[in-house]
Amino acid sequence: MTIDMKQFHQAFFDESFEGLQAMEAALLTLDPASADSETVNTIFRAAHSIKGGAGTFGFSEIANFTHDLETLLDQVRSGQRVASTTLIDVVLRSVDVLREMLECTRDGYQAEVAAEAGLRSEIQALLEQDEAAPPADTTVTDVSAVGHWQIEFAPHRDIMLTGNDPLRILRELARLGEATITPDVSDLPTLPDLDPEQCYLSWRIDLQGEVSEHDIREVFAWVEDECDLSIQALAQEAQVEHPSDASEAAAESAPATAAAAPAEQQKPARKDGGSIRVATEKIDQLINLVGELVITQSMLEQTARTLDPVTNELLLSGLSELERNTRHLQEAVMSTRMLPVDFVFSRFPRVVRDTATRLGKQVVLQTSGEGAELDKGVIEKIVDPLNHIVRNAIDHGIEMPQERADAGKPAQASIRLSAWHQGGHIALQVSDDGKGLNREKILAKARDAGMSVADNMPDSEVWQLIFAPGLSTASEVTDISGRGVGMDVVRRNIQSLGGSVDIESQTGVGTQVTIRLPLTLAILDGMSVRVGEEIYILPLDSVIESLQPQLDDIRSMAGSARLMQVRGEFLPLLSLRELFGVAGQDLPLDQGIVVIVEAEGRQVALIVDELVGQQQVVIKSLERNYRRVSGISGATILGDGRVALILDVGEVIRTRQIAAAA
Amino acid sequence: MANILAVDDSPSMRQMVAFTLKSAGFDVTEAEDGVDALSKARDGDFNLVLADVNMPNMDGISLVRELRQLPNYRFTPLLILTTESGQDKKMEGKAAGATGWLVKPFDPEQLIATVNRVLS
Repeated sequence: MTIDMKQFHQAFFDESFEGLQAMEAALLTLDPASADSETVNTIFRAAHSIKGGAGTFGFSEIANFTHDLETLLDQVRSGQRVASTTLIDVVLRSVDVLREMLECTRDGYQAEVAAEAGLRSEIQALLEQDEAAPPADTTVTDVSAVGHWQIEFAPHRDIMLTGNDPLRILRELARLGEATITPDVSDLPTLPDLDPEQCYLSWRIDLQGEVSEHDIREVFAWVEDECDLSIQALAQEAQVEHPSDASEAAAESAPATAAAAPAEQQKPARKDGGSIRVATEKIDQLINLVGELVITQSMLEQTARTLDPVTNELLLSGLSELERNTRHLQEAVMSTRMLPVDFVFSRFPRVVRDTATRLGKQVVLQTSGEGAELDKGVIEKIVDPLNHIVRNAIDHGIEMPQERADAGKPAQASIRLSAWHQGGHIALQVSDDGKGLNREKILAKARDAGMSVADNMPDSEVWQLIFAPGLSTASEVTDISGRGVGMDVVRRNIQSLGGSVDIESQTGVGTQVTIRLPLTLAILDGMSVRVGEEIYILPLDSVIESLQPQLDDIRSMAGSARLMQVRGEFLPLLSLRELFGVAGQDLPLDQGIVVIVEAEGRQVALIVDELVGQQQVVIKSLERNYRRVSGISGATILGDGRVALILDVGEVIRTRQIAAAA
Repeated sequence: MANILAVDDSPSMRQMVAFTLKSAGFDVTEAEDGVDALSKARDGDFNLVLADVNMPNMDGISLVRELRQLPNYRFTPLLILTTESGQDKKMEGKAAGATGWLVKPFDPEQLIATVNRVLS
């Protein structure tokens, strides 16, 4: 029978990545002065499992690399070695190397990682340093095959109390060659004295065949210390008897394990209700199906509106129940994709430690709101932007310890990562108590970069400048946060998730970067508007207000550009009909409707024919089903089966700015 | 058919062991650590227990020690899964009452051969 081991690979990779994360978290809390034994155990177990799995599933490079690491950790665990800062550092770097090796292997590449060889010799150097390597197994057995053996096998009385059966051993010996087995029944008591749980027999076995002593010892391996055994080669008259000394070792280790037992029993059992691992595609499929169901349900609802409520009472109440159940089902399915923010936050102790160490700064990280949940897709994409912001904060925001002390601040700076729910959104905030943004410097840089800025710009607008491409205010370029390429990418990435980012800063006190993200990428609260025969969806959180304009409020500019005055402010006025080439003519402005939308701190007024209503829509990818269209972030299917496009307000505003600038 | 309890905190190892043994016709129950295994063993009657050594909550050796004290498991074969470097673990396991051990890494054929040997 052959078993295809590939089917277990995914589970192995999943648990190994989880193991590495647990290892990393435990390493970061490990105090060299007094290493907590449970923490050390967690670290050891993760390495041990990865090694075992890698060996079993045939990933020998990973198994080899983990081998020495495991030995090192085992010595820490057994108290033979201290968890020094150097050791913690080496193990942390091993976590990185292992992660990379696992990723390569998972993606089907050779697990060749540049840092591996160097790190391995560092681990070996540590192993050789003060502790002699553990003594090798000193049992020497002759592996050469001999033709004729005589074996004396006298089990101890209680051999069966370990689940061993002498009969099984005899049967296995008989399998090795031609065996003549003679029992010795001389110790057998009379029936009244016989204890059926004891073994009173012993055997002499005459074994012939191409068998090595090693093969024979293998058969007795489990019972070496529960029997008297002698093995003699008859043909060569060679005496190869090894008195079994294993029983002494067993006796020695017994008290130690007995002492360890009570502590282990005190540990509370795991309390969670258990979980199963499900492939993300399956969940996505489920979400898609529920999305379809929502659409079908809203189609039914729309059709049912035309029915007479009196004669169709039962049908209509059934439909309203369907609506309720569909909504609950959708919420439940959505929740399966949700992960706690801790999933992202947990990697930051490492980022902060490494970055601060490299820059010679002292930083302590605090986190809050780790339990807040967020869609898996959003979580994965927010890691890089958040990473960038945190590293920027340490690099540019936080001062050197001396500088802090001179400013009357504690030498140790603090960075706080927090998360909280806000309506249908989640807010993630990175705040530091560093020197704050420097208004003058930013303005000067912006001027150098050729941007049009005014000295009297409000702070909030100045801070937004750091998201402009190519702006960096650090006097020296470092390899931590580079040349200021990045913050613009950070903002772009956050916006592509339907989120926004804001900065607040106070000189000498610190900076706060707040990211607002939708909880999920799969559904959206939208305002549907009609233009001609088409329906467009505007994301509700970008809608500020809608109003019927007065002709006096409209100003025509050079070209076809128009502005509309809203409460003293002039906003660009855009026709959705013109933007998307919809057939027909806009209504006279004083009869149409204008919706004011906002993105990235800028507002525009959109002319539409009618406001249809507010509804939750299931987002379908336009790129996957058609192609990317500028100004459109996706599509949805309406209750009547028609497709409606979802407006990407940020992009509409950006495109308009480019057009206006040209 | 023989009823086997497979105990390992690593889901991939557990899946591999369970799948292999099921393919060979055994009934397999999985447990994720010693505590889980002990409660399943109390509720069921297994002909063989295969337990990993390093597990959270209760390790394989403590599990063997606990199982041996249950009347149903006095003579039941209890095998621990160790690594090639775990010589002292084998001895510790034996002292706790383990029948024997299986050295990791093992392939499915070795697993079935060992289980057949013990249950024959």
